[in-house]
Amino acid sequence: MKFLEYLKYLVIGTAFGFILVKSEVVSWFRIQEMFRFDSFHMYGIIGLAIVVGIISIQIIKRNNIKDSKGNPITIPPKDASQWKRYIIGGSMFGLGWALLGACPGPMFALLGSGLTVMIIPILSAIAGTYVYGMLRDTLPH
Amino acid sequence: MDILSQPMPWYIAGPIIGLTVPILLILGGRMFGVSANLRHACAACNFGNVEFFNYDWKEAGWWNITFLVGSILGGFLGGYVFANPEPIALAQSTITDLQALGIQDFDGLVPADLISWEALGTPTGLIVLVLGGFLVGFGARYAGGCTSGHAISGLSDLQLASLMAVVGFFIGGLLMTYLIYPIIL
Repeated sequence: MKFLEYLKYLVIGTAFGFILVKSEVVSWFRIQEMFRFDSFHMYGIIGLAIVVGIISIQIIKRNNIKDSKGNPITIPPKDASQWKRYIIGGSMFGLGWALLGACPGPMFALLGSGLTVMIIPILSAIAGTYVYGMLRDTLPH
Repeated sequence: MDILSQPMPWYIAGPIIGLTVPILLILGGRMFGVSANLRHACAACNFGNVEFFNYDWKEAGWWNITFLVGSILGGFLGGYVFANPEPIALAQSTITDLQALGIQDFDGLVPADLISWEALGTPTGLIVLVLGGFLVGFGARYAGGCTSGHAISGLSDLQLASLMAVVGFFIGGLLMTYLIYPIIL
């Protein structure tokens, strides 16, 4: 049974990585095009993903749909009063997103596509995460 | 098989990516978000015993790490086995702007001028690959999520916090694109 559980997430992840590459979301060029407001491509993808996500979550909540194991689906709310972390942390993420042209999902999908040098930003991202963990108590949240 | 080797239009990719949210919720009550895996990686090798990484990463992250391994496999299928045959059909204005900044290679998914083992030996390539990755990792955890966790999952759940994070993503992205990249390129 455990094997099937792993297989389930492996298949969903494979579809996700496949689509990220085929739709060129992983492309540094597409991210530049997005931040220059030169094309609807990225906005169309993210926008439609959100629309489908909103509708799906509303259906799940309003019908109290349970997950496959019969447990109620609960989504923990994020604390919007911590606006500093979202604006400052988000801006740092945005700087990195535009610089590298890839966010976490695309970094790994690009690695899989044969762009072996992506192991460098992946290791840097892990280092960045670790440094955040060390400094967490000293940063405004 | 031909259709697998063509670029996927935005109006097909967007809805399928959006479906990842309910599929993960219904199949296992999981909330979609990739950058948590970077934290799991830190927890797996927490040599400095940092409290933020003291948790059972296998228990918390096995499903997400498996998802991530799938994403690498999907990248292999989509970017190697069934790679898009033509260069990306970028907006001409983007191409003109980037050429003015000195980008020459428009053939692949990323410019070899910046993102390649050769570029890693140049100051600009080093900044892009090392500092870019670092900021993505640091910023994602500081903000409590990345594009998938905030822009897709969080906004799908109408979370104000995620909207703030996405505003932050764009503040940073626009600063980099219009102010910093023209300096470092």
